[in-house]
Amino acid sequence: MNINTLKNDFPFFKNNKLVYLDSGATAQKPQIVLDSMNEFHKSYCANIHRSAHGLGNKATQEYENARQTVSKFLNAKTKDEIVFTSGATQGINLVAYAYVKEHFKHVIISGLEHHSNIIPWQIIDKSLHVIDFKKDLHVDLEHFESLLKSYPNSFVSLVETSNTFGITHPIKEMIQLARKYGSKVLVDAAQSSVHSAIDVQDLDADFLVLSAHKLYGPTGIGALYIKKDLHEKCKAFQGGGGAIKEVTYEKTVYMPIPYMYEAGTQHIAGAIGFASALEYIRNIGFNLIQKHEQELIAYTNEKLLHVKNLIRYTDTKNATGNISFNIKGIHHYDLGVLLDKQGVQIRVGHHCVQPTMKSLGIKGTVRISFGLYNTKEDIDKFFYALERSIKMLED
Amino acid sequence: MNETINKYKEDLEFFDDVMDKYEYIIDLGKKSPLLDEKDKNETNKIKGCQSSVWFVAHKEKDKLFFDTYSDTVIVRGLAFILAQIYSNHSPKEIQSFNREELKILNLDEIISPVRLNGFTSMLNAIYAHAKKEI
Ligand SMILES: Cc1ncc(COP(=O)(O)O)c(C=O)c1O
Repeated sequence: MNINTLKNDFPFFKNNKLVYLDSGATAQKPQIVLDSMNEFHKSYCANIHRSAHGLGNKATQEYENARQTVSKFLNAKTKDEIVFTSGATQGINLVAYAYVKEHFKHVIISGLEHHSNIIPWQIIDKSLHVIDFKKDLHVDLEHFESLLKSYPNSFVSLVETSNTFGITHPIKEMIQLARKYGSKVLVDAAQSSVHSAIDVQDLDADFLVLSAHKLYGPTGIGALYIKKDLHEKCKAFQGGGGAIKEVTYEKTVYMPIPYMYEAGTQHIAGAIGFASALEYIRNIGFNLIQKHEQELIAYTNEKLLHVKNLIRYTDTKNATGNISFNIKGIHHYDLGVLLDKQGVQIRVGHHCVQPTMKSLGIKGTVRISFGLYNTKEDIDKFFYALERSIKMLED
Repeated sequence: MNETINKYKEDLEFFDDVMDKYEYIIDLGKKSPLLDEKDKNETNKIKGCQSSVWFVAHKEKDKLFFDTYSDTVIVRGLAFILAQIYSNHSPKEIQSFNREELKILNLDEIISPVRLNGFTSMLNAIYAHAKKEI
């Protein structure tokens, strides 16, 4: 397989000449993902878990196969540990409401969390404790342990890879540490899952969330892993059709997880597209993906060294997927506008991590993020456009 | 006001390439006078802008004058254009001026949809101030 021709799998790049360096926000979708969703709508569109007819069976089967595919992707023990959600955000909110609300007083998070891993804890009114990061933005494990000591049996919720800085937490080590103090742990793998393999058993995570759209799959679908041992402790979240064994006016007997959490007609096409995106990734393999992405990152870092007045917030070695920076004296929005006009798609702003930005004393950054379709040529074009923008903006 | 609008319209139309239009606006932004640090306060800050924009008005004789500042140079340039258009006019003149007339500047091409909100907020601030002064 030639990694440099993978771009051809993505119709987006046939339809326009943009340099797309914003996969951290959402990744482009390969043709096979679109085809699989199309096929559902064209040939066997029916509701799942309900109809007695053959099409309903076929749809149910494909939907359940998709669950199996997600389960394998995460190396879950069984497929009923996988709940389909609308995305990482819904996954975290579900865990907050259905599990953490009743069982915990304290929630510990890292200092690099996306708003979606901050707000749900505020909604359920938990005391939030934030782990310090060091100068290079790497997590301060000693501070983490001191928080665990002060608040044993708390809930810990951690992003694996930062969407803004590409820093990857030593998540396995952090989970082991949390265990020592009786904590349960949720892992936000929205960013990390597209760059490296995840093994929930090896990590010993209790919960883990994904968003399909960052994994070359469709928007509006994601997955929540819930470790089997905890199923009994999780209560109902939303009520509706499909999630129940029996309903009377007095009470409802729910189906077991995952079905309990999939009330209402699900995003069936989305689940099918999600699975084919994961198959796509599996066929290429993380070895090849990582090698390619590391090359792109090294190439970018080398070029960044030559950019005048560059401000970096972390070391360059350990970036996964995302790189953030600023140029002294130039506002990131101005760079964003000018890069956009030159056909380069990057993201500028606070990247939904406002508290982190505040601790760094900045309003935002310029972020580039890579997908497997990016090439060195994209990076050259980015730097050409960046230099031109800086020239226009500097005093 | 139409006169100033026409001047900017001609200036902007002179450039075919959108990057050149930006260069022109950035240039205005760089040249636009700085606000006093003390004026860059919460009261003068315009709500609804993605980037921080400050807006100060003063009256000389019967006429209103506007000074603006933004931490982004592109917005500073755009705000400067607006300030120039509306400055040196009486509150009554401003109030009776139809903001639709700005459309001929084709600024939509330059302002992203997100920032269009900010632009509208800036205009609202000008009109609100004029109303208060009547
Ligand atoms: C680290 C992280 N967590 C959570 C989310 C939320 O994902 P979604 O918007 O798909 O629910 C994102 C999306 O940017 C993210 O980067």
